[in-house]
Amino acid sequence: MISLAATLRLALQALVRNRSRSLLTMLGVVIGVAAVIVTVAIGTGAKTSVANQINGLGSNLVIVIPGSVQTSGARTGNGGASTLTVQDGLAIAKLPGVSAVSPSVNVRAQLVTGGQNWQTTVTGVAPTYTTVRSWDVSSGRFFSQPETDEAAKVAVLGQTVVHQLFPDGSDPIGRTVLVRGVPFTVIGLLSAKGQSGAGQDQDDTALIPYTSALERLTGGTTISTLMVSAVDGDHIESVQSQITGLLEQRHGIVGGKADDFQVRNLQDIAQAASATASILGLLLAAVAAVSLLVGGIGIMNIMLVSVTERTREIGLRVALGARSAAILRQFLIEAVVLSTGGGAIGVVFGIAGAAAIAVFAHWPSSVSVSAVLLALAFSAAVGVFFGYWPARKAARLDPISALRFE
Amino acid sequence: MTPVVEVRGLRKVYAIEGGEDVVALRGVDLTIDPGEFVAVMGPSGSGKSTFMHIVGLLDRPTAGTYRFAGHEVSSLDADALADLRSRALGFVFQAYNLLPRTTAMENVELPMIYAGVPADKRRRAALEALDAVGLGKYAHHQPNQLSGGQQQRVAIARSIVNQPQLILADEPTGALDTASSEDVMALFGRLNVERGMTVMLVTHEADVAAHARRMVMFRDGNIVSDEPVREKALV
Repeated sequence: MISLAATLRLALQALVRNRSRSLLTMLGVVIGVAAVIVTVAIGTGAKTSVANQINGLGSNLVIVIPGSVQTSGARTGNGGASTLTVQDGLAIAKLPGVSAVSPSVNVRAQLVTGGQNWQTTVTGVAPTYTTVRSWDVSSGRFFSQPETDEAAKVAVLGQTVVHQLFPDGSDPIGRTVLVRGVPFTVIGLLSAKGQSGAGQDQDDTALIPYTSALERLTGGTTISTLMVSAVDGDHIESVQSQITGLLEQRHGIVGGKADDFQVRNLQDIAQAASATASILGLLLAAVAAVSLLVGGIGIMNIMLVSVTERTREIGLRVALGARSAAILRQFLIEAVVLSTGGGAIGVVFGIAGAAAIAVFAHWPSSVSVSAVLLALAFSAAVGVFFGYWPARKAARLDPISALRFE
Repeated sequence: MTPVVEVRGLRKVYAIEGGEDVVALRGVDLTIDPGEFVAVMGPSGSGKSTFMHIVGLLDRPTAGTYRFAGHEVSSLDADALADLRSRALGFVFQAYNLLPRTTAMENVELPMIYAGVPADKRRRAALEALDAVGLGKYAHHQPNQLSGGQQQRVAIARSIVNQPQLILADEPTGALDTASSEDVMALFGRLNVERGMTVMLVTHEADVAAHARRMVMFRDGNIVSDEPVREKALV
């Protein structure tokens, strides 16, 4: 009888005896596992970045924009109408399922302070904006409801604007910035948000109370957009249809008349994007799994050749008293050592590859522990599965003809 | 004294598909006592190799009985036969059959691994066996660093390392030059005389068989003569 440890030693000796062939046999699994790790990392990274971008737009966001208007036969595009009002926003805020509403009034304006100036999008919003967009200040504070009510001349600056207006790195808080000649006091700085999904620099902005924007900059009462936050993802659709009903009623739209506004949610985009990312990940994983499978078949191939080549050795082992179970175990262990060894090397290469892709291709990739464990377990399974047939063939050899084999 | 090998009416028939059956052994009776040194001779096709495979528990007879060291072995299953081979039998082959790229020491240890001998005891016994064949200095040489005669002596060390009750040698000098053949046969003689090891040798060369003390001649599946070898005057 022979212990498992002794069989393992015999298997390792046999593999070391054929060093270069063992390494070449492993190569298939090395590549397969590395491919699995890298592709899963890329897939996970893609999903994470899509999710981040979607969350970056705001949580459970529903956007209401003005529709198109026709003036003397010429139609503007969506958003061309000036039909949305602050009152619409206040009415929507009372709807069930709505957690926060912020109007937004967009104005392109030149900002001036000290010796610097910079043109940016000045957006008039409500204090609820921080909730609706899941965007908070990194220093200072956001303006309050009383400041909004009295149309205070306060501003919160995005990071890009900060860099442009205060290149010397001095603290902008408390400083005065002229917006279209109107002096605003900087009370807070927004945290960096980076690019939007469409490639816009979201940090190139300055936020002021919407009341201030309406009274001091545009001089009107209509707003560019209403941003509505639903209490959770499940309420988005009902909120959407309620807003549509409410605004049709408020704007006196009846019968077949076209709405002068549009209600959109980002859920569809989010779902489509994450579904795309999932399919991408699945596709990559499938390709990787196929390469792992090919690696396994490579192992089986070499093991079969090896059994034929080592026929006399097997005959000898049987003559020396090896039970057929011991022969089976040895060859099975050889296959599993090859595949898990290849798997371990593949994990190292895979992690390195994922890191390299993250660095050089600027593609977010994250190697998960579960992917590593799964790849290792799968490669061991490949060894058992593809090693069994050759091992059984070896164990069933007739010792007499095996000893005579030339 | 219990004989090491006791066969009665041993028959072996090979069924050839689509042809006539080949009868390799036609009812062989033979007894080998402990301490004997038997040479089995005969032309090819005489059945001597088949006989050795059955005695070596690598093959089963079609009919007849085989008692090894007093135990009936025809009815044992494959695992029991394997255990018996590892414990009680030592094989020496014409082509040495050493594992390549493996030291002499590790080659000699191999049968003990299958017998489940612990590592430290294995090493000691392997060195002892190599000393017994005069190759203690070559323990860490690999087969390709040894001459044919030395390789065969490593194989003999491997065959004796488990203190078997019977050593089976199948044309052990077939691949060796005359001088190495003499060395190897002298070694079998010493192991037989000094250690009392029972040896059964299969050969077709008369001068090799002359080293044994008893000569059994096979022809057409039967034993045609069985007599002691006259004193080494012939050689």
